[in-house]
Amino acid sequence: MNAPMSFKGQAGQIRERLVVIGNGMAGCRAIEEILERDPARYAITIFGAEPRVNYNRIMLSPVLAGEKTFDEIVINDAAWYADNAITLISGDPVAQIDRRTQTVIAQSGRVEPYDRLLIATGSDPFIIPVPGKDLAGVVTFRDLDDVDRMLAAAENGGAAVVIGGGLLGLEAAHGLSLRGMAVTVVHLMPTLMERQLDEAAGWLLKEELERRGQVILTDADTAEITGKDGHVSGVRLKDGREIPADIVVMAVGIKPSVALAKAAGLDVERGIMVDDHMVTSDPAILAVGECVQHRGACYGLVAPLWDMCRALADHATGSPTGYEGSVTSTKLKVSGIDVFSAGDFSGGDGAEDIVMRDAARGIYKRVVVKDDRLLGAVLYGDTADGNWYFDLLKRGEDISGIREALIFGQAFASGGAQLDPNAAVAALSDDAEICGCNGVSKGKVVGCILGGAHSLDAVRSSCKASASCGSCTGLVESLLAVTLGDEFAGERVEKTVCKCTSFTHDDVRRLIIEKELKAIPQVMQELHWTTPDGCASCRPALNYYLVCAWPGEYVDDQKSRFVNERMHANIQKDGTYSVVPRMWGGLTNPRELRAIADVVEKFNAPMVKVTGGQRLDIFGIKKEDLPAVWADLNAAGMVSGHAYGKSLRTVKTCVGSEWCRFGTQDSTGLGVQIEQSTWGSWMPHKFKIAVSGCPRNCAEATIKDFGVICVDSGYELHVGGNGGIKVRVTDLLCKVATEQEALDHCAAFIQLYREQAHYLERTAPWIERVGLDHVKAGLFDDPDSIRKLAARFRYSQSFMQDDPWAKRAAGEDSELHQHLAEVRPLEFVS
Amino acid sequence: MIGDWLDIGPVDQIAPGNARTLPVRGGEEIAIFHTLDNQFYALVNKCPHKQGPLSQGIVHGTIVTCPLHNWNISLKSGEALGEDKGCVPVVPLRVDAGRIYLLREAVVVKKVA
Repeated sequence: MNAPMSFKGQAGQIRERLVVIGNGMAGCRAIEEILERDPARYAITIFGAEPRVNYNRIMLSPVLAGEKTFDEIVINDAAWYADNAITLISGDPVAQIDRRTQTVIAQSGRVEPYDRLLIATGSDPFIIPVPGKDLAGVVTFRDLDDVDRMLAAAENGGAAVVIGGGLLGLEAAHGLSLRGMAVTVVHLMPTLMERQLDEAAGWLLKEELERRGQVILTDADTAEITGKDGHVSGVRLKDGREIPADIVVMAVGIKPSVALAKAAGLDVERGIMVDDHMVTSDPAILAVGECVQHRGACYGLVAPLWDMCRALADHATGSPTGYEGSVTSTKLKVSGIDVFSAGDFSGGDGAEDIVMRDAARGIYKRVVVKDDRLLGAVLYGDTADGNWYFDLLKRGEDISGIREALIFGQAFASGGAQLDPNAAVAALSDDAEICGCNGVSKGKVVGCILGGAHSLDAVRSSCKASASCGSCTGLVESLLAVTLGDEFAGERVEKTVCKCTSFTHDDVRRLIIEKELKAIPQVMQELHWTTPDGCASCRPALNYYLVCAWPGEYVDDQKSRFVNERMHANIQKDGTYSVVPRMWGGLTNPRELRAIADVVEKFNAPMVKVTGGQRLDIFGIKKEDLPAVWADLNAAGMVSGHAYGKSLRTVKTCVGSEWCRFGTQDSTGLGVQIEQSTWGSWMPHKFKIAVSGCPRNCAEATIKDFGVICVDSGYELHVGGNGGIKVRVTDLLCKVATEQEALDHCAAFIQLYREQAHYLERTAPWIERVGLDHVKAGLFDDPDSIRKLAARFRYSQSFMQDDPWAKRAAGEDSELHQHLAEVRPLEFVS
Repeated sequence: MIGDWLDIGPVDQIAPGNARTLPVRGGEEIAIFHTLDNQFYALVNKCPHKQGPLSQGIVHGTIVTCPLHNWNISLKSGEALGEDKGCVPVVPLRVDAGRIYLLREAVVVKKVA
């Protein structure tokens, strides 16, 4: 755009007339900047829609919270306008811009001519188009009038619903909560402030706000604002939940206020288009602040506004410099919680995350580094280094020299030669605390090591350092390395869950119970995960450990499950699925067989196969057909066979005493009973059972995870068999006399395996690892163990035995089965 | 209206940590991913290894793990990560005003009559 450098009336004392639309932060800041450069240049008139002087809009939150008064947030009082001969026309918004005559016309009819016009109309709150949005008691959070409306509502106490869990919404919620209202935040996305924070930090924020008494509903889509007698009475969500409310604050976001500019025919996209000098498509008209779009970007934060105002004032006073866009950061306090984010923290190729978590102090820090440059940062709980990171980021500084120490912050990274973590640990004083849980100093740990504790486990057992929460494991290992030098054997024998953590499977399982961890992000935070959201190894493991630890309480995380468990079918090499309906004990009947035959024909399944576990496997089903297939199978009384899960697969039986001339017991009937009591349970790995009616063992019970061999005098129970890669014959666990005992022992053994094995560890390697004696001790040392374990298993089963196929057939998670759409290429007609 | 970008609908039709698919008649099916950090990416829905449907894999960071043999594929570049070698085409994607757009020319295979 070609902006003129000067205007008419340059000569002599006649001042150019500068009219500003908008008495907000951007408009007034621009004027301040101009006055600073050339106070005599313009005759200034400012129009403000609000009937008051210029105030600091971002301080409305403290006003709402009762921490500040309006007078304290005024930036420019009436005297400032007078001193600078500025005409302030407040409470009379501009209705029209007439570019031909170079005048603006206010709502009152007042006409004001301009030589130069500055549009600083800011932004408008975004109103979601739901029924009830216009009811009395539905407010936005944009200006002082909104705050007054909220304060009036809060005087009577009652309930408030804030729609929007972004920065603005949380500030409103905090203020209303401090004013004594019961506040519910309704947020569309799964995590709070998702534009500024990653999943981990968003989760921490949610936990903290909930601890402070707010109700936070994520994944919550508002369907309607309900009313009574014209006044708001509540909010109804799309999932049917209703939340009563005396006031509803709509704080889902803002959009540039462009109506005036658009009506005047200026170039407008999302915002008013401006060049690097903040000049619009009309050279006489400038625009600044949240209403503009510069190089494709619109800003909703205050820092870019200052940069824009400088460029604008330079241009308007004849020495143009240009604005090149802003890199933004967000640093704020929500309910007194410090939060900071800057740059790109989406990770990606060549980008590496450095994560530090300090659960005891509620701190999460994550910096993203690529090609020796800082790409982004998210800080929660301790934002002291936010500015330093932001500075490194903006300047694109080479951080290779301080990389190892970067996450520890400026003080540490700038501390000179301590870049190797071992060197940093070596430099700590002897009384520096290493283990916070057990209060162990560095000197004490080193003393232990010198006294003969040459491994992590030895240190843990001698001085207790790193023996509790384990977060100082890395420090202790560094101390071992520093103290022992080459003698330190290094890595521990027992492997960690994955590269995301220094904890072993046993550590994680123990700590989930001890610390009552009940969500994946919580485990990752408390146990100091070094990645922001884990990996394909640890996510499914954590999901299982939580399912096992908190039956009925933990909400299964579908996105942490392998495809087969998410789709409730087995993926095949061509991307189609195979479907195995449950046939209890391997029994079937004409109705089931007909239903299976019909499904095969109806969905053109290319193959049906009898499996090794006595089931029928239907191949070649497309993911979008699965719910319909299941509906047809359900209709014939069949449920999911879980052939896809780390779960009870099949109970294989022989015909037993009912038909077989050698049969000693009703092996078929017992198999059916066992299957009906164990189906649907999630386990560390797949689990197969068989019941043979005599020692001829036709059901191959001695290569199953749990096998029963019936004999004349009762039932032999065998465990830990495997017919897979490494064949293993079962160990005899014990012999029992009755069917009920067999059922109880089966439930107890499964529960012991569920509670103790590592994720993806079959019973065979588990027993090889811990020893049969350990398993026997767990089941028999305490005479009440069988009963207790079986009770825990049956309690868990009360939540698990719910056919997942029926839910999918009824429409649950339908998006997992449907394509988004289909693209059909245009065909050119010849 | 036919622009350079193909509107495939609102962002909220894909939950974070999930992916959905877009079959293309006469062309390759596309997988659209929504990461836990609220980024969106699109790849041809075929692992470079054995053509597994990447849309069905576990999404972590900006990586998807193929459901067939656990190859890790970068959502940003389509490259196989770690020891594995291979690359799947990336479909340029942008998000604007809550809607997802794919670069039309990367999606649509033109048919000439």
